[in-house]
Amino acid sequence: MSIAPSLALGLPLGLGLAGAIAATMMKRGVAQAGAAVAALAFLLYLLAAPGVTETTDLRFGFWSVPSLGVVGGLRLDGLSLVFVLLITGIGALVLLYASRYLKGDTRLPRLVTLLLIFMVAMLGAVTADDVVTLFVFWELTSLASFFLVAYDHEKPGARKAALQALLVTGGGGLALLAGLILVAMAAGTTSLSGIIAAREAVLAHPAAIPAMLLVVLGCFTKSAQFPFQFWLPNAMAAPTPVSAYLHSATMVKLGIYLLARLNPVYQHEAFWQELLTTAGLLTTAVGAIYALRESDLKRVLAWTTVTALGSLTMLIGLAPALSATAAVTFLLVHALYKAALFLVAGIVDHETGTRDAAALGGLRRAMPLTALAAVLAALSMAGLPPFVGFVAKEIIYEAKLATGGAAGLFASIGFLVNAAMVAIAGLLSWRLFFGPLRPTPATPHDPPKSMLAGPILLAGLGLLAGAAPSLVGAWLVDGAVAAMLGAPAAVPLKLWHGFTPVLALSAATIALGLLLLLAWGRLMPRLRRASAFDRFDTARLYDRALAGLVAWAEGTTRLVQHGSLRGYMQVLLLVAALGPLAVLVARGGLDLPEAAPLDFRALAFLPIALGAIAAAVARGTLAAVMATGLVGFGTALVFLTFGAPDVALTQFTVEVLLIVILATVLIRLPVRARDVRTGRQRTVDAAVAGALGLSVALVLLAVLAAPFDPRLGEWFGAESVPGGHGRNVVNVILVDFRALDTLGEIAVLAIAAFSVIALLRASGRGARVGS
Amino acid sequence: MRQILLVAPILIPLAACAITALLWQRPEVQRRIGVAAAALLFLSTLALLAEVVTGGMVVGQMGNWPAPFGITLVVDPLSAAMLVITGLMALAVAVYAMGPGAAERDRAGFQPLFHALVMGVAGAFSTGDLFNLYVWFEVMLIASFGLLVLDRTREQLDGGLRYVMLNLVGTTFFLLAVGLVYGLTGTLNLADLARVAPQVENQGALAAAAVLLLISFGAKAAVFPLFNWLPAAYHTASMPVAAIFAALLTKVGVYAIIRVFTLVFAHDQALFGPIIGVVAMLTMVVGVLGAAAHYDVRRILSFHIISQIGYMLVGVALMTPLALAGAVLYIVHHIVVKANLFLVAGAMQKVGGSFALAKLGGLWATRPLLGLMFLIPALSLAGIPPLSGFWGKLVVIRSGFEAEAWLLASVALAVGLLTLYSMVKIWNEAFWKAAPAEAAAHQPAPGEWGRMQRFATFAPIVALCAVTLTIGLWTEPFAAFSLAAAEALLDREAYIAAVLGTAPVQLAEAVR
Repeated sequence: MSIAPSLALGLPLGLGLAGAIAATMMKRGVAQAGAAVAALAFLLYLLAAPGVTETTDLRFGFWSVPSLGVVGGLRLDGLSLVFVLLITGIGALVLLYASRYLKGDTRLPRLVTLLLIFMVAMLGAVTADDVVTLFVFWELTSLASFFLVAYDHEKPGARKAALQALLVTGGGGLALLAGLILVAMAAGTTSLSGIIAAREAVLAHPAAIPAMLLVVLGCFTKSAQFPFQFWLPNAMAAPTPVSAYLHSATMVKLGIYLLARLNPVYQHEAFWQELLTTAGLLTTAVGAIYALRESDLKRVLAWTTVTALGSLTMLIGLAPALSATAAVTFLLVHALYKAALFLVAGIVDHETGTRDAAALGGLRRAMPLTALAAVLAALSMAGLPPFVGFVAKEIIYEAKLATGGAAGLFASIGFLVNAAMVAIAGLLSWRLFFGPLRPTPATPHDPPKSMLAGPILLAGLGLLAGAAPSLVGAWLVDGAVAAMLGAPAAVPLKLWHGFTPVLALSAATIALGLLLLLAWGRLMPRLRRASAFDRFDTARLYDRALAGLVAWAEGTTRLVQHGSLRGYMQVLLLVAALGPLAVLVARGGLDLPEAAPLDFRALAFLPIALGAIAAAVARGTLAAVMATGLVGFGTALVFLTFGAPDVALTQFTVEVLLIVILATVLIRLPVRARDVRTGRQRTVDAAVAGALGLSVALVLLAVLAAPFDPRLGEWFGAESVPGGHGRNVVNVILVDFRALDTLGEIAVLAIAAFSVIALLRASGRGARVGS
Repeated sequence: MRQILLVAPILIPLAACAITALLWQRPEVQRRIGVAAAALLFLSTLALLAEVVTGGMVVGQMGNWPAPFGITLVVDPLSAAMLVITGLMALAVAVYAMGPGAAERDRAGFQPLFHALVMGVAGAFSTGDLFNLYVWFEVMLIASFGLLVLDRTREQLDGGLRYVMLNLVGTTFFLLAVGLVYGLTGTLNLADLARVAPQVENQGALAAAAVLLLISFGAKAAVFPLFNWLPAAYHTASMPVAAIFAALLTKVGVYAIIRVFTLVFAHDQALFGPIIGVVAMLTMVVGVLGAAAHYDVRRILSFHIISQIGYMLVGVALMTPLALAGAVLYIVHHIVVKANLFLVAGAMQKVGGSFALAKLGGLWATRPLLGLMFLIPALSLAGIPPLSGFWGKLVVIRSGFEAEAWLLASVALAVGLLTLYSMVKIWNEAFWKAAPAEAAAHQPAPGEWGRMQRFATFAPIVALCAVTLTIGLWTEPFAAFSLAAAEALLDREAYIAAVLGTAPVQLAEAVR
């Protein structure tokens, strides 16, 4: 029996949102309340769990945009279940921890609000059964991460890290969006289960490979795969509870989630397998090397998270059922021990005042319970029996060895990386808590229960799960594996595999890891000094790209928006000259009307030509304005000679008004009495104007060559007296047939008058000019 | 009733313009009338929209002169949507303009000019006549010039000069193009043009005239490379003016491109589609680069207007139902968000003392609600889900993919990231960064504003945020409407029949 899907899928989101809003108004106990909300959501999912098996799921549709083909809907299957339990369970513990860790911080309510919004976004993303819904929540997690990373937003470093994380994951998000749109187009549905069902169509689409690449790109940025790994350690600017929750246990696994979710579509494609295993392997190696270069506990942990994410990506790419089982198991294990270790690091930082691993040691006596949690989690991380980490690592080795030709390469890199992880695990447990006590800024002691609950519980769960792996398998792993493979595929989880090559490999790993641990004190500074690692750090590419982009933007903008009105006008006129002319010529539209005999009316064009030439040669601005006025005046004359005195009058009025406004503005500006253009500039201007004139003339001639359809004019003539009761057709057109135009023109004149009056008034007072 | 609703969006602001002009000496009364008129306009446009949705296109022959001889007003779904958004913007800005600085603005003639501008915009959105459209362009141009130089600072006069010069020339090209089109077709009525245009013998000359139209509309819409007037002027305007400009002016140009190139020149889409597509791409990129290069809130916002005009043009470039629906959705979303950002920028300047990012800071700590009200439109502009901009972006990109316009869609995607970058730049500097020492002095004590001023400043911002959220979270009606509007745009026959009647040719013949 299981609870209703609406309760299981909808209520946690609603609770989270309500909690987020309530948190902004609460003064006390806000983090505890947030923890309660998360715990309640955890419980709801737990109650729903019996309804989710290898072959059954829960669905709940509450939102859709049918016009855009967005089907919406939430779905809880085995894979989603693993994630929602991790998100809500760890969420509750982290919020409880934060209640103490950030006690007295006035920003705590805002933090809780953001954490709950983040939780809702994560839950939505991993239960969405629709790519658009998935993307909506996906971006929300990036956004929540942006705000949480810059918790100390007055520090420039925190802002920079937040922006970096946002741009990298946001950029990947855009790729993801493009990929998801393409995949949905190919499948004919936005539903994730529909896409998986339409696997053949998705793979047969012409853009199948680009679509896959785009989706993978989005997943890689989100899950900090090489070469995008750099944002994750920088995101450690966030407070420790945030790092534990977002940047190790949940958000960074969202990319992994989507890869696993889409695995049924792509799992048999060689390209998919090669892409994921190669990127995953590189990421594990990069993470392991950089982890050994750090002594800041949080950065060490961040780099080991990168390694873990690489392992997960690789396991998804390794194809067989065994590696899917390994991936899900490792995902669970990693979330448990890594969150615990982050919280331990936070405790150490909180209680001792430093988180420099090189400066810490022997804390066991002062903080025994913290030491216990650290040791339990570290043992799981190192992959020692009877911890679940051991189970996971054994399966990973098995999966790697089971692959074909590249098995040797995979296994040997995996061996070295695992040894590094063993060393780091030792660093975080042995070196921190055993050996001689080193002096620290604050006197260390165990924190209160609320801070200890999380790490001890999480580390303890690792022990429990390791002791009874088959229970975990039936309960959580099998359902998720079925979702990853598209069909149930039971691979039993066992603690003891017998004396196999894998066991020997495990033993050798631990041995090498312990050697590395002993040498850490000398190895770490040396690795850090090795500048080659800095030179090949992809973070530099990001910095250079961003700086280059800003420089490009500034250069382009200076070039385009240069500030010279003359230049702007040249562009406008040139475009207007060349555009129509080019189309006219290209379309073969050049045409000349039959020549008509000249008569006296041609004289009216004289002032136009004179005005145009005068404007071109005039040296004074006002003179040029007057000369163009002459052109307008000439145009009015043309109207006059062609029998339209009223039109001529209107033209004249508008012309005068425009000149008055222009002249007013010109006078208010620092008027240059003389033209300051160089001879060359004047030539250019004349050429532009000439080109425009030529272009307009050619187009106009082509138009005049075409037969004219006079039906409007004929109708106006016929209707003027019977319909409009006027003998002057132009008047009837102006005040009756096209009265609305005239209304608009009257408005133009009136508004122009307002503006002129206002301008002249202001100039009379001389008010505010130059202020 | 349909006919009254059809002319109301022009008559209400006209009346408001005339009345407030007569009350020149009574700014207080002007202001109240202004807000009342804007509210009335909004309600009437809503009623008109309901009429269009339930009863189909509303057509009116002005003066009862039959089309194509008189002037026709036509409101189809796109026009109705544009009118509603015009009404909403008029109301929001009219209320906002009651805030700090209202007295000086109104003494300088803000109210009559503002309503004249709204009249021009409403006229442009409802006319079915090419020359009449030119008239409304003129009304808008002259009113906007008056509004731009309202404070008469040197900066404004300088920007105003560039604005008016470039726009005058652009509008002149419009008139020239109208003449050319009339010479070739013998008609000005858009429906009649749509009927006649494919039959014109010299298609080369007609295409040349169409390019000239595209240039003049493009200049108004601020596309690359004709947008220079916008960044030269917008940052000088007072905030209510900048907000209404940002909301409406360029969009009239976009609307004109959509209307004319879906209706009249659709038969030559093979020529214009690629041209508009290239222009759209360059506009998106150059605009967003300008935003990335600047550090003044107003300038950043101004360049974003340009960038996003490119998104809107994708619809016309592709001319598929989905692409046009994307354009409609994008325009509606963008107008609300962009105007709101300018309103918020005004509020930021009021409490932070500056528009320059270097001089702003610490607002997230002191004004978290203002921060939230910045975030909603800013993230929506950047296309972050589930805000309104995401849906616009989604549809634009999907339509690009479906039309196999890979480059266009990819550019649209990449530009989204740069938009996010420049919005985050404002956020990081103005809200997150510690307040610079000299900024503290500018901050007015919280009680310094009157209640009325607080309401006037924040009520429109909150309302527009609510609109953005509504479009984002309850998308279906907006998406369905946009698709319907796109279908209506592509159904030329229905438009022609609605305007000219079922037998337009015979009508013309009968008159002869």
